[in-house]
Amino acid sequence: MEALLALVIGVLTGCGVYLVLRARSFPVVLGLTLLSYAVNLFLFASGRLVIGQPPVIGAATSYTDPLPQALVLTAIVIGFAMTAFVIMLSLRARAELGNDHVDGRSDT
Amino acid sequence: MSAHLVIAPLIAPFVAGVLLLALRDLTMPVRRRLAVLAVLVQIGIASALLVAVSGGDILVYRLGDWPAPWGIVLVADRLAAWLVLITTLLALFAVIHAGDGLDRRGRHFHVLFQMQLFGLAGAFLTGDLFNLFVFFEILLIASYGLLLHGGGPERVRAGLHYVVINLLGSIVFLFAAGLIYASLGSLNLADLAARAAAVPPENLGLARTGGLLLLAVFALKAALLPLFLWLPAAYAHTAAPMAALFAIMTKVGAYAILRVATLLFGDTAGALANLFTPWLLPLALATLAFGMLGALAAQNLRRLAAWLVVASIGTLLTAFALGTAGIAAGLYYLPHGTFAAALLFLLAEAIARRRPASADFFMPDHDLPRHALWGGLYFVAAVAIVGLPPLSGFIGKFLLLRAAPDHPVVWVFILLAALAGMIALARAGSRLLFRTSSLEPAGIPATAGGPDHLRDEPPDPPTGPRELTAILGLLGLILALTVAAGPAVDFTQAAALQLADPAAYIAAVLGGTP
Repeated sequence: MEALLALVIGVLTGCGVYLVLRARSFPVVLGLTLLSYAVNLFLFASGRLVIGQPPVIGAATSYTDPLPQALVLTAIVIGFAMTAFVIMLSLRARAELGNDHVDGRSDT
Repeated sequence: MSAHLVIAPLIAPFVAGVLLLALRDLTMPVRRRLAVLAVLVQIGIASALLVAVSGGDILVYRLGDWPAPWGIVLVADRLAAWLVLITTLLALFAVIHAGDGLDRRGRHFHVLFQMQLFGLAGAFLTGDLFNLFVFFEILLIASYGLLLHGGGPERVRAGLHYVVINLLGSIVFLFAAGLIYASLGSLNLADLAARAAAVPPENLGLARTGGLLLLAVFALKAALLPLFLWLPAAYAHTAAPMAALFAIMTKVGAYAILRVATLLFGDTAGALANLFTPWLLPLALATLAFGMLGALAAQNLRRLAAWLVVASIGTLLTAFALGTAGIAAGLYYLPHGTFAAALLFLLAEAIARRRPASADFFMPDHDLPRHALWGGLYFVAAVAIVGLPPLSGFIGKFLLLRAAPDHPVVWVFILLAALAGMIALARAGSRLLFRTSSLEPAGIPATAGGPDHLRDEPPDPPTGPRELTAILGLLGLILALTVAAGPAVDFTQAAALQLADPAAYIAAVLGGTP
């Protein structure tokens, strides 16, 4: 399972980095979204992977670390708000600058 | 009250922001007075906090009374209280200047402004790595709104870059926090410091990676080379009072570097000791050099001021890389650099308002009205920002050089940078103030091209006394810092000594339940 999760995080990060480096604002926003998915999974894995255990100490012989779950929840909320903001900003830039290039210049 | 003094710098701007949001139907003059009053209250709270920690106590506030490291803590030591006070003082004059018409250009200006102060105070006072991330996000999302306030194509273009690069920074911050938690098993800064020395060998690589990723994130916030390219455009195109307030934003990154470098990766951190040291000094010196080169190449005063912010962060982090004496010098230089940069942004706006055709671009135009006043103010601001005697910049740089007796490279860079800054500011001043023309100005040449040559909007005509109040107020702060250099340096030296001994911080946070 570790290998699968690592692969997923790696692929998401790779795609995200590639898209963030694009010249149009829509792929950049998508890239940021993929990167935030990757980092959420990464944070989740930082408490080590445990299957089928409660996040409570003493309730069973072993337990899963509850802190990363709380961190991921916070990160999801913040990431969601930031994505909404950057989409609105991209639309504003498209309207103000007349094109969706991240530098605001038309095609050359 | 005194038990809750540590959280008061967060509560005050938050309550003020919510109130201003709820009272948005009041007339603008009333809202302005409320906003100024809120900042005055925050200055009072920050002063009280500074007095409370000046004896060397480290005040810890446990939210919900949960003991650390399980609960969330706010920690006020000398460094944090010093920075909170600097922030609120700067904010007072930024909000006064914003009352000059900027706050009418969109709704909720004052709400965002208070939330920005909330995020800044939280970032300085938090004792938890993940909460540092959360407060970074709060101050960033407020800054996005403020940066874009007023609109205009240039502002949106610079704003998009600023937002995307800071979102990337936030994502890297989360990766770093995850790595630190995975390898050290905590997120409380004091607990991390206690555990850093005993990091298991199999986790050493992860911890080092996490630490260096943190350095990258903080370097991005601080605009350290090579991560500073977002700053000149963003600061040069935003409104002047916002650029003035953002002079403290880069210092948040510098603060975070200093806090993590001394607390987590200090001398006692075993295998992780001095993790940032090999990077900090070369990058800071290169940032200083690039900032000054940019200042020499700038074509208008606001961009010149933005490059000087980059150079000032280079100076500051050079100081932080030089050990305890350097940190003391840097903490004295920090408010000076912040206030001087803010002063220059406000002056650039004042000059641009009085030259309708060429604004703050370096080209001949009509003589300024009351040119002796503006020329004199520009001269004093330039003396302050370059660090010539007798103002506080000289004292700060003198202390910095005295802290580096065996680093000739630092002497060369600091002195050459001062020379470059002087040349850039003298050239700007002579073009803006002396080479006046009685002819009708040619205006901004359309052929020159480049985004710098488009103004965001026609400058506002000169208005009421608020502008001059803000400028003279910032000048007064610099003068006060010069006159009170003795006590201020004593305080920053005490703060640097406190940072050199992380054991006291760890004991204050972890030791003893309330």
